[in-house]
Amino acid sequence: MTAPIETPLRGFIREFTQDRVAVVAFVVLALIVLLALLAPWITPQDPYDLSNLVLKDARRPPGFVGSKGFTHWLGTDAQGRDLYSGILYGLRISLQVGLMAGAIAFALGASLGTLAGFAGGRTETLIMRIIDLQLSFPAILLALVLAALLGQGKWPLIAALVTAQYAYFARTAHGAASSERSKDYVEAALSTPLSSARVAFRHVLPNCLPPLIVVATVQVANSIALEATLSFLGLGMPVSEPSLGMLIANGFQYMLSGRYWISIYPGIALIVLIVAINLVGDQIRDQLNPRLKR
Amino acid sequence: MLAFIIQRLMQAAVVMLVISALVFIGVYAVGNPIDVMIAPDVTQEIRELTIRAYGFDLPLWQQYGIFLQRLVTGDFGRSFVYNMPVLDLILSRLPATLEITLTAVVGAALLGVPLGMFAGYAPHSVTARAIMGVSVLGFSVPSFWIGLILIFVFAVNMGLLPAGGRGETVMLFGIEWSFLTGNGLKHMLLPTVNLALFKLALMIRLARAGTREVMLTDTVRFARAAGESEWTILRHHVLRLIAIPLVTVFGLELGSTLAFAVVTETIFSWPGVGKLIIDSISTLDRPVMVAYLMLVALLFITINLTVDIAYAALDPRLRARKST
Amino acid sequence: MSEVLLEVRNLATEFATRSGVARAVDGVSFDVHAGEIIGLVGESGSGKSVTGYSILGLIDPPGRVAAGSVKLDGQELVGMPRSQLRALRGRRIAMVFQDPMSTLNAVLKVSTQMELAMRAHGNPGKQEMRQRSLQALAKVGIPDPERRLDAYPHELSGGMRQRVAIAIAFLNNPGLVICDEPTTALDVSIQAQILIEMRTLVREAGVSLVWISHDLATVSVLASRLLVMYAGRLIEEGPTAEVLRRPHHPYTQGLIDSLPSRAIPGKDLLQIPGSTPSLTALPSGCAFKDRCAHATAACDTAPAQTIAPPRTWRCHHPLNMNAATAVQAAS
Repeated sequence: MTAPIETPLRGFIREFTQDRVAVVAFVVLALIVLLALLAPWITPQDPYDLSNLVLKDARRPPGFVGSKGFTHWLGTDAQGRDLYSGILYGLRISLQVGLMAGAIAFALGASLGTLAGFAGGRTETLIMRIIDLQLSFPAILLALVLAALLGQGKWPLIAALVTAQYAYFARTAHGAASSERSKDYVEAALSTPLSSARVAFRHVLPNCLPPLIVVATVQVANSIALEATLSFLGLGMPVSEPSLGMLIANGFQYMLSGRYWISIYPGIALIVLIVAINLVGDQIRDQLNPRLKR
Repeated sequence: MLAFIIQRLMQAAVVMLVISALVFIGVYAVGNPIDVMIAPDVTQEIRELTIRAYGFDLPLWQQYGIFLQRLVTGDFGRSFVYNMPVLDLILSRLPATLEITLTAVVGAALLGVPLGMFAGYAPHSVTARAIMGVSVLGFSVPSFWIGLILIFVFAVNMGLLPAGGRGETVMLFGIEWSFLTGNGLKHMLLPTVNLALFKLALMIRLARAGTREVMLTDTVRFARAAGESEWTILRHHVLRLIAIPLVTVFGLELGSTLAFAVVTETIFSWPGVGKLIIDSISTLDRPVMVAYLMLVALLFITINLTVDIAYAALDPRLRARKST
Repeated sequence: MSEVLLEVRNLATEFATRSGVARAVDGVSFDVHAGEIIGLVGESGSGKSVTGYSILGLIDPPGRVAAGSVKLDGQELVGMPRSQLRALRGRRIAMVFQDPMSTLNAVLKVSTQMELAMRAHGNPGKQEMRQRSLQALAKVGIPDPERRLDAYPHELSGGMRQRVAIAIAFLNNPGLVICDEPTTALDVSIQAQILIEMRTLVREAGVSLVWISHDLATVSVLASRLLVMYAGRLIEEGPTAEVLRRPHHPYTQGLIDSLPSRAIPGKDLLQIPGSTPSLTALPSGCAFKDRCAHATAACDTAPAQTIAPPRTWRCHHPLNMNAATAVQAAS
């Protein structure tokens, strides 16, 4: 008579699939990730290999057939780069950098926050003071200054993004860990021979995950947007490996003279990516919010 | 309450000290500290004179002491590029930034909170869904791209508004303001909208989330059982209950908007403090960078302090706890 | 018997849940007379609170009042337009909830909340509102009402807060007050105080009370008539003393037997075996049959309500039936 028991995960997925907007966004996202992964095989040109670029083909409109014989479906940019290829590779970078920075920020922030919330006392005060200090600064300024100081390149960029974002994870983890700390199961676990570190990371941290996931869904999109902004301002990836932000920046000056595609198409790609992530993230957040359940 | 304020002020002072140390160390760590104060293209003689004049041959902690001393008197050195005292330079550009920043933030709050409350009150209505849909865009799309689109649509395609620059200014209280002229307003419109969109989307989303939560509480149920009108409930119960998180975010976003002004000012060639910092990063005008960082830190600490006080003022439960 | 104030007929309220439609209230009918205190008793999930909310029209989606009628002084409340319903709430019928910390607005002063309730039904002046507020607070037994009026909810004790909520409910002199577990969240000693005060208040004001609770002991102190609910259905009704002395429904007997006051020292406390069925997976027929010691094959069909005034019950095998009652029931 009873239906098969639904695990929380299955229930979560079922609820997710009930919201059409979220499902569409998820599909779009999956598509983008797929395209980005397959980029080297489905693009006619490697946009990072400068020897591929023909200056004569620069700033050509969409549909133009280049001197290498293939059609530039989305036109070319100021260096003769095929925009379609540039966009796909740019998406690769956005995803790579955004996810990498997000993941590292998550790991770093969650660990620090859990440590602070779990250990209490002076450790907690010290760590949280630093976190609070950092949180009172806007992420973009922090990232800006760091990127300027560390120079161009993928890893300095990721370092800047991580520094700008880990504090959000830390604060959330700290809040969750503090409230978990006073619960009975922690007392029980600590009275066993398990080390406190093990209790903190194997018992407490998993229970802090829901709010952390909520923060993660916001921060991944922020990561990508922040990276694009930094690149747009010239402080991110080097010119030879343009991310979407830089493609947009490069095309900015041509917009006023009617060659809109150089900026607009990379821009659209970026927007679709960010909006898709945000919509999926929104749905996940709504589902994880206990206060919206009655 | 007074004890609370004093405690917070002292904390703020400590934080400023720490930041000043960080900036100081940052300058040392990242390059020749001498380059901060001396332009790279002076002769060896002048270089040595300046080194001695600024005390660069002194031990580190003494230099830090001098650094602090100078900070307190407002001496941030001279800009390499503009060859004027940095403080004056920053102050001269500040009004432009304030114009668009304050207008954007206030506009976003005044418009965003009612829209968000409506979306939270009737979350499944068509209007609410439309509002949320638009807010997703404003929230997730990087502001530089919105600026681009704004220019593209309004300046390039429709030719209605200028693509950049600040308009005519008028002197008021000894400062040049552009919002007092029609031409100035035309130039202000796009950058302000660009800045405001993100805040607007944020306020809408926050107000909506808060309203939705509060509408499901027993407080609202009890008010309804007492026969209070929906309008009364929204205006007196919901608004007061969501005010706390909203004000907190509003205050913090004020500072963040100032930061985002960097991007907007770059796109619209708006001669404010944001554009100044970008320019100085690319021209390596380090005195300006140092000064900007310190001033921004000061601003943020002030904002945080104000928000903390406002928070305590709005939530009577906090007041009771803090005064004990 | 005084005239009928509230007439509930076949009230049915359902909720659309993920696992199906749950009928929280399934065909409940009863009357409330003027000046009467009735007790609505049941476990959590029995539908007693939902009944209270349904009467006031406070059911939000995904729930809805699916069928039935609720008449206040002859006026039909089910399906009444919102604006009309709002005029009634607080003025003719009021409600008190369980947890005063969540029903009172934490960021508004007591005086403000009372003013809002008063302004919902009229336009009294500041002075008048203050007077009425102070009077209301004094009536519910709050010492030093002047100070309490300007306080915030968190500055008051639990018992005090609930008194404020009760005061707000009585502010506009309603004829009927529905109380949903009003003393459950309070200390036992405060519970007793409030019970006594409510009784006095109700008697003085001539107000009718519907006291909803899972605690048979407290309800029986106050109520002159008892209504027992199980799984959304009204399974027993009658004068309090009689129901307690000679319950007809096995569930009611079980409730009485499991009262701590009935416990025999040295022996285990009696419990009704099993647990309440989920509303989306109710057994066919009598909802109580799986837990009933007297169940037979007959219980696979839902028992109809037997009406033998002043008692009613819904059972195929009622207990404590003497010859007189059996005859009455058969007629």
